[in-house]
Amino acid sequence: MSVVLDIATALCLIGGAAFIIIGGIGLIRLPDFFTRLHAAGCGETLGAWLVLLGLLFQSGWSLNSVKLIMIFVLLVLTGPTATHALAKSALHGGLKPKHLERD
Amino acid sequence: MARSLYLLIFLAIIWLLLSGHYTPLLLGLGAASCLLVWYISERMDLVDHEEHPLHLHPIRLILYWGWLGGEVVKSNIDVARRIIDPNLPIQPKLLRVRTSQKTELGQVIYANSITLTPGTVSIDLEGYEIEVHALAADPAEALLDGEMDRRVSAVERPQPEDPRSGQR
Repeated sequence: MSVVLDIATALCLIGGAAFIIIGGIGLIRLPDFFTRLHAAGCGETLGAWLVLLGLLFQSGWSLNSVKLIMIFVLLVLTGPTATHALAKSALHGGLKPKHLERD
Repeated sequence: MARSLYLLIFLAIIWLLLSGHYTPLLLGLGAASCLLVWYISERMDLVDHEEHPLHLHPIRLILYWGWLGGEVVKSNIDVARRIIDPNLPIQPKLLRVRTSQKTELGQVIYANSITLTPGTVSIDLEGYEIEVHALAADPAEALLDGEMDRRVSAVERPQPEDPRSGQR
């Protein structure tokens, strides 16, 4: 059983790390501030979630799991709020999104 | 009064779960800190009418979280694919989405859900419209389809004291 859990943890950690790295690559490759927010969101959501899930498999039924779930809830609530605050202040500060497709 | 008692109970549960040490000294310190935070929040009038989760259907909320989680996974894979594609297939777009939520809390859940799914970020909220920046045409179309909007509205349960209930 513990081997199965270890493999599940390994897969989750590798997957999470992959999404965080892809998010980092996106931060460099994408052209402007607003598109980069999407790349940051990639590592912030599924990347972080997979890492937490992998750690949950290791902690089992314990108080540490409760703490991991609290971190998860905190991330889900604060991540989008912070992204929205950044995007809104950028827009109102006069930064215009680049490469917009005209309808 | 009942509302602020909920806050005290909630604080105590959080403290107990985070601490894990149940000796008299630490329990006493925990109780003291909970009471202090409770007293400060009361004085600052932090507990308002939205503190209660009464505004939402609990079972529908959990079902919505499940659906949202699936959407986040799908859109994450889509955005990751666009980032590592050598051609970088993005067509950034600004669009306005109408919201059908009856409460401010519902609108916040909708706007936060939009931001949480990679590929769309809500940048402004005015009245009943959310301004959204989309990374490509597909996530924009999925949003304009309005499925997320309908699902968030289904989670709501407006209370009489909500400032916006009954307006529409």
